[in-house]
Amino acid sequence: MNLKPQLLQISLILGRGITHLLNTIGGLSQLVGEIFAVLFKRSMEFGAVLRQFEFVGVRSFGLVGIISVFTGMVLSLQFIVGLSRFGLEIYTGQIVGVSITRELGPVLTALMIAARAGAGITAELGSMAITEQILAIEAMGADPIQKLVIPRVIATTLCTPLLTVMGDFLGILGGMMVSSVETGTGSQFFLNQITQAVELYDFGSGVGKSFFFGFFIGVIACYQGMNTRGGGAGVGISTTQSVVVAAVTIFVSDFFLTKLFLLF
Amino acid sequence: MDALISFQNVDKAFGSNLVFKGLNLEIQQGETLTVLGESGTGKSVLLKMLLGLLPPDRGSIFFNNLDIAQCKKTQLIEIRRRMGMLFQGAALFDSLNVFENIAYPLREHFDYSEEKIRSIVKEKLEMVGLPGTEKVMPADLSGGMKKRVGLARAIATDPEVILYDEPTTGLDPANIGRIDQLILRMQEKLKVTSIVVTHDLPSAFRISNRLALVYNRKIEFVGTVEEFKNSKNKAVTDFCVS
Repeated sequence: MNLKPQLLQISLILGRGITHLLNTIGGLSQLVGEIFAVLFKRSMEFGAVLRQFEFVGVRSFGLVGIISVFTGMVLSLQFIVGLSRFGLEIYTGQIVGVSITRELGPVLTALMIAARAGAGITAELGSMAITEQILAIEAMGADPIQKLVIPRVIATTLCTPLLTVMGDFLGILGGMMVSSVETGTGSQFFLNQITQAVELYDFGSGVGKSFFFGFFIGVIACYQGMNTRGGGAGVGISTTQSVVVAAVTIFVSDFFLTKLFLLF
Repeated sequence: MDALISFQNVDKAFGSNLVFKGLNLEIQQGETLTVLGESGTGKSVLLKMLLGLLPPDRGSIFFNNLDIAQCKKTQLIEIRRRMGMLFQGAALFDSLNVFENIAYPLREHFDYSEEKIRSIVKEKLEMVGLPGTEKVMPADLSGGMKKRVGLARAIATDPEVILYDEPTTGLDPANIGRIDQLILRMQEKLKVTSIVVTHDLPSAFRISNRLALVYNRKIEFVGTVEEFKNSKNKAVTDFCVS
C-alpha cells in the first residue's frame, strides 16, 4: 500500500495547525505590545472601564458564587468519604481550605469568567468587526485598542482576583456547611482547621495567579473578537475559540505560575 | 491644477490575491467622482487605503500633497478628521443611540461643550432629513435611515472629503433616490469632494461629475458621464453589459 498520499495529508494538516498556532501566538503578542504602548501613552477612559467592570465583575457574581459554594460542598463531601477510611475526616477543613485557596478558587473562577465574560467580549467585538464598527472607530481617528481593548482587559485583570477572593470565601463556606453536618464537628471546628492550615501565602499565591488569568482572558477574548471574519458563523467560531484558548491557557499557565510562586 | 487626492502606481495584494497593480487616479477638489466596478474588484479597498486603514504595498497616495502611506499616526488622525466615511452597512455603533453615534467623532476631535455638540447633531440630523431621532437606537432604524444617520455622522466634523462605500446597496428605489438626493445636496451645500464607490450605474449617472472604472486591477476608464455613456472602451462595455 502506498502511504505517501496519507503522510502528505497528515503533514499538511499538521503544518496548517502549526501555522495557525504560531499566527495566534504572534497576534496575541502583538496585541499585548500594543496594549502596553497605548496604556502608557494615552489617557484611560474611566467610564468605559467602569462599564466593563459591571459586565465582567458584577454580572459574574452570581455564577461564580454558585459554582464556588457547590465546589466547596462537593470537595468537602469527597474528602470526608476518602479520609474517613483512615479515620481522618476531622481534617477535612484543612485540605478543603488549602485546595480552594491555592488552586480551585482561582482556576474555577477564571474558567467561569472566560466562559461568561470572555465569550461575551468576543461575541460583542466580533459582531462589531463584521459590521465594520471597529473600522469606523479607526476611520474617525480614534484608536480601537484604547476604546475597546484596554477597558476590557483592565476589567478582566482586576475583576478575576476580586471574584477569586469572593469564590475562596464562598467555597470554604460551602465546605464548612457540609463538613459540619456530615462529621458533626460544628462550624467553629472547621474554621479553626482553616486558620491552622491556610497561610496567607496560600491565599496570596492563588489571588496572585488570578491576576494573570484575568489578563490572559481579556487579551484572548479581545484578540479573537477583533479578528473575527465571515459573518454570524465567524462570530460563533471566534467565541468558541476564545473560550477554548482561554481555558487551555489557564490550565497551562497555572502550572508555570504555581512553579513561579513556589520560588518566593 | 494639482489634484486634491492622487493615487500613483499603487499595488495592493491580500496574500496571493492581487487587487491592484499600478493603479493611478486623480480626484479634483469639489468634484464627485464615482468609482465603478464589479463586486470584489477592490473598490472599497481604495477608500480604506485613502483613509490609511490599509497601507498600499507599493506606490503613493497623496492627499493635499501629503503621502498617506508615509504619515505618522498624528498626521493620519488629522487626515481622518478631514474625511468622513459612510460605510456600506452604515457601521453605526449598536450600543450607542443616534445622538451618541453622531457625537462620537465630535468628542474625539474637538473639545466642544455638550450644548454645542447637541446643536451640531441636531443640525446634521436635519440635513439628512431625520430630525428628532436622537434617542433612537440603531437597531430600531430601517436600512435607509441607518445610512442617513451614517451620513450625518460622516459629516459631523464638516469634512473636506466624503467617502461613500456602496451607499445605495440593499435599499429600495425610494431610499436609493433619497440617498442620491442627499449626496447631491452635500455637494451643493457643503462644497465637499466626494468619492462614491458603487456598482449601481443609474445612481452613479445621477450623482457624478466623473466616473472611474476599476477593471483588471487598475483604473481602466476615467471620464464624465457623457464620455462613459459614449465610450467604446471594452472595459466599459463589458461592465455595462454585466
